[in-house]
Amino acid sequence: MDSKFKGIVVENSETIVEMWLEEVARLKEANRTATISNDLYDNTNREFVEVIFTSIKNDGAIKAVETFSEKIINLGWPLSYITDGLQVFRRVTINFILSQSDSMDTDFISDVLSSVDQWVEPIIRVLVNEYTGNWENIVSLQRVALQELSAPLIPVIEGITIMPLIGTIDTDRAKLIMESLLQGVITYNSEVVLIDITGVPVVDTMVAHHLIQAAEAVRLIGAKCILVGIRPEIAQTIVNLGIDLANFPTKSSLKKGFMAALEITNRKVTNVTTSEDNIGSLIESLKGE
Amino acid sequence: MKPQSSYVRIQKEWDIVGARHVARDMAKELGFGIVDQARVATAVSELARNIYLYAKNGQIIFEKIDTMESKGLSIVAVDSGPGIADIGEVMQDGYSTSGGLGAGLPGVKRLMDQFVIQSELGKGTKITTKKLVR
Repeated sequence: MDSKFKGIVVENSETIVEMWLEEVARLKEANRTATISNDLYDNTNREFVEVIFTSIKNDGAIKAVETFSEKIINLGWPLSYITDGLQVFRRVTINFILSQSDSMDTDFISDVLSSVDQWVEPIIRVLVNEYTGNWENIVSLQRVALQELSAPLIPVIEGITIMPLIGTIDTDRAKLIMESLLQGVITYNSEVVLIDITGVPVVDTMVAHHLIQAAEAVRLIGAKCILVGIRPEIAQTIVNLGIDLANFPTKSSLKKGFMAALEITNRKVTNVTTSEDNIGSLIESLKGE
Repeated sequence: MKPQSSYVRIQKEWDIVGARHVARDMAKELGFGIVDQARVATAVSELARNIYLYAKNGQIIFEKIDTMESKGLSIVAVDSGPGIADIGEVMQDGYSTSGGLGAGLPGVKRLMDQFVIQSELGKGTKITTKKLVR
């Protein structure tokens, strides 16, 4: 039976394609594809229906379907374009086969339905797999990208390292912060580490807890931790929450923290006497003679 | 017109961030100052984290209060977790069963203007809090 239906469909492919194109063109508005130019939409539709027919003729043409789905993904069209298109194809084809046949008993109709389903199913499977695979790929790439931003450590000057934190701190990130902090203290031989939380939107008990633990761990390996970049509203919420940061040296800004770090390492910033000053003092001293 | 109420389901750790964003946006719309916005966001963060840590599944319901007498934000955290055996104990500073700081619930009480906690063992916990615009 299946090959007979296939024969009908392939022979009358032109009629079916015309019916399909007409139906799909009507879906354009509903499909969030309204902004796409008519030419591109028509061309893609023709390509789509060609792919469907190639797949039917060859009992599944995975290569062609994959190439087509890749193109649709690159165009950024919604998945519903593909599922709707195949749904329409199914409806149109079933109607067409039924209209070409004389017998109308239930067995015959169920034969038609199952044959057409068998043609459409492998295409849907490949397309949906390609789509979700593409999304999963994007999500995992973004996760990696986020992890790269997670806990950077900057050695600014001999003995002083800065870790600027930006964004939400969750459990995974807190672990990463601790690890790279300790690793960094050893690698850069740091005496003082500045943790800058200017970019952290909310400091709740969990974030505070992780910061306190990180500072304690840093203290254990012989370095000192200074928390900098505490905005006024964050300071107030920390006090409201009743978090005790008394053992944790803090400064309002990175600049002040850096100055404190210099002091701890017995250094200070001085102005270099410029050559102009030198000439000035030379003239001064000459005047005296 | 912006919605007067909304809710966030808490199931994953990242849902906490979602709840916090809703809280901050609503607080901003209601005209809370920067400090109160941070207070509301922090309180929601604590409530959501408690749901995630202890109940695994629950939701936070936000509702705008806008009457003649008062204006503010009502935040209700509901879960169907194990419940709290001794409420007096969890409201003490420094009490924690998970090795945390133990400042969460008493902290939320101090961050917000109103705080009511109801809990039944084996059934779940409901925490109702309010912050008013001054």
